[in-house]
Amino acid sequence: MDKIQDSLHLNYSVITENIEQGAKVLDLGCGSGELLKMLVDKKHCTGCGIDINQNNVIESIQKGLSVVQGDIDEGLKEFLDDEYDYVILNQTLQSTEKPDYVIEEMLRVGKKVVVSFPNFGYWRVRFYLFFKGRMPKSKMLPFSWYDTPNIHLLTIEDFSDFCKERNIKIKKSVYIKRGQISKNPFNRILTNFLCEEALFIIER
Amino acid sequence: MHKEVNSVGLTQTKYFTIEDKIVLESGVEFGPIQVAYETYGTLNDNKDNAILLLHALTGDAHAAGYHNEEDKKPGWWDDMVGPGKAFDTDKYFVISSNMLGGCSGTTGPCSINPQTGKPYGLDFPVITIEDAVKVQKKLVEFLGVKKLIVAGGSMGGMQALEWSIANADMVDAVIIIASTSRLTAQGIAFNAVGRNAILSDPNFNNGDYYDKEKQPEKGLAIARMVGHITYLCEESMHNKFGRRFQYSDKPNFDFNIDFQVESYLAHQGQVFVDRFDANSYLYITKAVDYFDLAQKHGSLKEAFSKTNARFLVMSFTSDWLFPTSQSKEIVQALIKAGRDVSFCEIESPCGHDAFLLEFETQTKIVKSFLAKGENNG
Repeated sequence: MDKIQDSLHLNYSVITENIEQGAKVLDLGCGSGELLKMLVDKKHCTGCGIDINQNNVIESIQKGLSVVQGDIDEGLKEFLDDEYDYVILNQTLQSTEKPDYVIEEMLRVGKKVVVSFPNFGYWRVRFYLFFKGRMPKSKMLPFSWYDTPNIHLLTIEDFSDFCKERNIKIKKSVYIKRGQISKNPFNRILTNFLCEEALFIIER
Repeated sequence: MHKEVNSVGLTQTKYFTIEDKIVLESGVEFGPIQVAYETYGTLNDNKDNAILLLHALTGDAHAAGYHNEEDKKPGWWDDMVGPGKAFDTDKYFVISSNMLGGCSGTTGPCSINPQTGKPYGLDFPVITIEDAVKVQKKLVEFLGVKKLIVAGGSMGGMQALEWSIANADMVDAVIIIASTSRLTAQGIAFNAVGRNAILSDPNFNNGDYYDKEKQPEKGLAIARMVGHITYLCEESMHNKFGRRFQYSDKPNFDFNIDFQVESYLAHQGQVFVDRFDANSYLYITKAVDYFDLAQKHGSLKEAFSKTNARFLVMSFTSDWLFPTSQSKEIVQALIKAGRDVSFCEIESPCGHDAFLLEFETQTKIVKSFLAKGENNG
C-alpha cells in the first residue's frame, strides 16, 4: 500500500508543480481532498472538488475545502464554459462510465485539463495477462475482475489516439516509471511498455 | 438543574416589538408586530459573530437549553447549539426567533388585534417567507448585529435562502438543511390536506374559535398526522412500528386504534393540539407553499446572483418531502451563479426528520464549514 501512497504523492506533486499560482481549479473525483488542499496551500489556488462518496465529501469539507457531492458521469452541466483554469481528473478516468463525455465536459469547463491514469500497456500488466491468463492485478490495479471500479482501462497509446481523433492538443505529458518520473521518454511505444502511469495536460 | 457540560443551561424567551407597520409581500401594511426570541452566547465588538437559526414549520424561539429546572425537554435544536457544539455558543452569538404568523410569542392569528381587542383569526393578513425574513431583519438590527450566518432546516432553509438574497450585504454564510427553493406539487398537496382537515372541522368557525368552548382540535390533529407521515419514510416507519398491534398480538376487528403506527399518529396529533394553533398552521403552510425563488427572480441562478455568501447545503437520502434532487437544484444554480458552495447528501433512514436527528454527521460538517469562515475572517 505504501507504494500506492508514494505514487499518489508523486502524482500530487507533479500536478501541483504544473499548475500556476492562484489558478482556479476544479478537481473531479477529489477523494478526501488531499490534492486540492495541496493546491490551495502551496499554490493559493481557489476552486472546488466533486466526489461521489459521502465520507470523502465530509473529509474534504473538514480540510476547509468547498466540495460538492455528485456523480461526474452526469456531466458538468452547471459549470460555465472556460470557468476554470484547470479541471483535474486524477486516477479516475478509468472508472468513469462515459470517459469520452467526461473529457469533453472537462475541456468545455476548463481552459486546461489534467488527466492521469494507470497505464494498462505497462509491461507487467501485459505479462500478467499473457503468462497467468488472468485479469491483471497490481499495486495500482488491486481489484478483482468482479469488483473493480476500473471499467474503462486504457493505455498511453489509446489516450494519444483519442486526443488525435478529437483534435485535442497534448500540452504536456509526464510518465511514471517504477515510482519515478521517467526522465527521457524515448518513443511512445517504448514508454507505453515501460511506464505504469501517465499524466497529460490537454487543451482544445 | 440540567448540568450537561455542553448545554446553554437555563434560557429565557424575550420579546421585541416592531411599532411601525411593515409592508407585506401582498402589499398589505401590517403592525405592530411582537417578536419572541432567544439568544445564546455573546455578540462580539465587531458585531459580526451572529448566527441566526430559523425554525421549521411548527418550531419556536426556544432552540436550546431549558426554560426551567423541571423542564424535561430542551429546545428543538439543543443537539446542535451550545458550548463546543456545531453552533458553538463560545464563539458565536446565536439567535432564534419565532416566525411571523406563529403561535409561540410572535404576532400571529391568535394575537390580539389592537383595533378590535380580539384575536385576529382570519383577519390576520396572508404572510410569506419574505415577510417572515423582513421581521427577523428588524430583530437582528435591534440586537445590533452587523454581519451574520443564517442556518435552517426545512422551512428554516427557505428562510435562510431568502435571507441570503434579500439581505445579501449582511449574510456571510448560509446553511441549508433538508430544504428547497420551492416545494414540490406533492408537498403542496400534503399541506392542502392538512389545511382542509382544519377548515372542515365543525369547530373551526371560520377561524373565530379562540373564545369558544370547543376548538378545531380534530382538524389540527389530522393535519399533524398527515404531516408526520411526510416527515418519516417507509423504512423508518417499518423500523419503528412494522405491522405490530398496539394492545395485543391480534386484530381487534373494530375501528379503534389497533396498529402501533395508528397509535403513534394519534399521539402526535394530540400532543400537537396542545401546543399549536390551527390558524397558524393554515398561514404558515400557505407561506411555505407560496415560496418559489425561481418564479420570483426569473430563475434560481438569477436569484443566487444576488447573494454574497458562501453556502453549505445538506440533504438526506431517505427524505422524500424535501428530496436530494431539490437540494441539487439549489447547488447547481449556486454553481451557475459562481457561488462558493459545498454539498453533502447524508445517508440516513430517518426521512425528512433526519435533520433533527442525525446531528453527529451534521455537526462534523457544520463545524468545518464555519471554521473556514473563522480562518478567513
